[in-house]
Amino acid sequence: MAFFLETLLGGLMAGMLYSLVALGFVLIFKASGVFNFAQGAMVLFGALSMARFSEWIPQWTGVDSLLMANVLAFAMAAVVMFAVAWAVEYLVLRHLVNQEGATLLMATLGIAYFLEGLGQTLFGSSIYKIDIGMPKDPVFILEGMFQGGVLVNKEDFYAALIAAALVALLTVFFQKTSTGRALRAVADDHQAAQSIGIPLNRIWVIVWCVAGIVALVAGMIWGSKLGVQFSLATVALRALPVVILGGLTSVPGAIIGGLIIGVGEKLSEVYLGGYVGGGIEIWFAYVLALGFLLIRPQGLFGEKIIDRV
Amino acid sequence: MFYRENGQFKTTYRADQQILPIRQDRIVMALLLVFAVAVVPMLATDYFFRAILIPFLIMSLAALGVNILVGYCGQISLGSGAFMAVGAYGAYNFFVRIPGLPLIPALVLGGLCATVFGILFGLPSLRVKGLYLAVATLAAQFFSDWMFLRIKWLTNDSPSGSVSVSDLQVFGLPIDSALSKYWLCLGVLVMIALLAKNLVRSAVGREWMAIRDMDVAAAVIGIRPMYAKLSAFAVSSFIVGVAGGLWAFVYLGAWEPAAFSVDISFRLLFMVIIGGMGSILGGFLGAAFITLLPIALSQILPALAGLAGFEISTAGVSHAELMIFGGLIVWFLIVEPHGLAKLWSIAKQKLRLWPFPH
Repeated sequence: MAFFLETLLGGLMAGMLYSLVALGFVLIFKASGVFNFAQGAMVLFGALSMARFSEWIPQWTGVDSLLMANVLAFAMAAVVMFAVAWAVEYLVLRHLVNQEGATLLMATLGIAYFLEGLGQTLFGSSIYKIDIGMPKDPVFILEGMFQGGVLVNKEDFYAALIAAALVALLTVFFQKTSTGRALRAVADDHQAAQSIGIPLNRIWVIVWCVAGIVALVAGMIWGSKLGVQFSLATVALRALPVVILGGLTSVPGAIIGGLIIGVGEKLSEVYLGGYVGGGIEIWFAYVLALGFLLIRPQGLFGEKIIDRV
Repeated sequence: MFYRENGQFKTTYRADQQILPIRQDRIVMALLLVFAVAVVPMLATDYFFRAILIPFLIMSLAALGVNILVGYCGQISLGSGAFMAVGAYGAYNFFVRIPGLPLIPALVLGGLCATVFGILFGLPSLRVKGLYLAVATLAAQFFSDWMFLRIKWLTNDSPSGSVSVSDLQVFGLPIDSALSKYWLCLGVLVMIALLAKNLVRSAVGREWMAIRDMDVAAAVIGIRPMYAKLSAFAVSSFIVGVAGGLWAFVYLGAWEPAAFSVDISFRLLFMVIIGGMGSILGGFLGAAFITLLPIALSQILPALAGLAGFEISTAGVSHAELMIFGGLIVWFLIVEPHGLAKLWSIAKQKLRLWPFPH
């Protein structure tokens, strides 16, 4: 029982991290109808810039406190992500308005290749680490209830907390600010939003900026867990089942989908993986998502797809 | 002046419905075939065959297959790499387990394995559409990656799934020189391209296009979506599977599951979209572009850097390649979203009026 709980908790926390990446997909798809395959590359790009800036800033300015260096690095990385978002909108998306979904998908794949190349050219391609001072030692909880207690990785716990805080912040931003309202209006109906005077191009830049920040936070957390390297870009491929499971247009869907996929992956690996040779978690997530899609083709929380002739 | 169909009267339906109704097109096509079969072998060097022509031909074949699914039937698939892998490993299993099996039947059997796999992973398309389907087909990709790494029986118990083949023969002739490999690939490609071209002009091809344009409307006028979609998956994955077999047997010779990673799937989709969706010619153009671009870049970049007077490391070259590759793709999509085949048809229209445009 304790072991089961341990796996479950581990899955939930991993799921929280998946949903962070998935959130970036959903934000952009909702607002501009672009399925952004470059989200993984943006995570890598954000993590790389964060890692390198936090390394360079103490050298440049002589700041020696870890916190200060990290805050400064985060701010600079955020500026870099804003620049990326602006460039993507200004140079690419603006010219591809009203194209088919497949063309837009391919364009974001092109952006992904470009960002992967650019990130490694600017920031180098070895393995870097991000140290944001998260405690790494595991702790035991619920020792009274089970023999030996339940092992929880403290780092995962803090990461999940940061993710939850970010989601709360985004919710406030979307629900309470006028920019957030404009974003929701655009997501609802492009033409109606434009007709009441919401500038679509600016909204798209803002959405890409928000997605860039989400990617940066995701990159920071994943990077401090796994180290910053090229393989970080493939995190996006692990987050895709989360997106389709939760529904492409739903923010809560991304969170709950992430939790389901995270738990499903861990449980399947632990309880089924042994019988078939292990390593099944990556495709199991996809098959799990497919199973849900067969019942609800628009994902758990997606808008109902209505076909008209 | 030369490209006019004036005076070419059709007196039978047969003549009117042939693949190339304009005489000049037929002449160009015949010349092109003669050039590919007879002239290229005289000009090309061994390196040119191995590094450029053979990969180009095989990738054209694969792009043709993907185009049937994506371009003609409108089902976006990111699992093409998996279909190639199944074709390759399927052919390998038949080749190794049946002693003396010639190459062509092995490739066809591998293609049939890919067909079964394709139909299986095409089943979600009956329920899921568009981008959801694109992500769902990634399941095939990751499943095949895992399958050929972990299920030892499929790879003849070789560690980490790396296998190799030797002593390839077609009709008793050994396939070992670059030239014979080139001819083999060219032959397979021409045969399948002809079949595919005829298929998309037939009833089933029109059903695919109807499904692509509006599946609900197609269902209303009596097209069975299940039959149309699954037949597109079957035909497409067969062709992609044969291409996978050729890629593994003829081009690579020894391979492991990573040779058919998700990157191949992306590249195949690039070929289709850059070449032109729903066009047989587009597959060839796209394959040429995507196959040759990295090779050209890896040759040109160090030379350029040398001219500019600074050293560029191998890592730097590969990153610059990624950037230019991605940038060019985005640029192409912006200037010509309908692909290179569209440019070609515009050129043809211009050519008909040339040199008197009014």
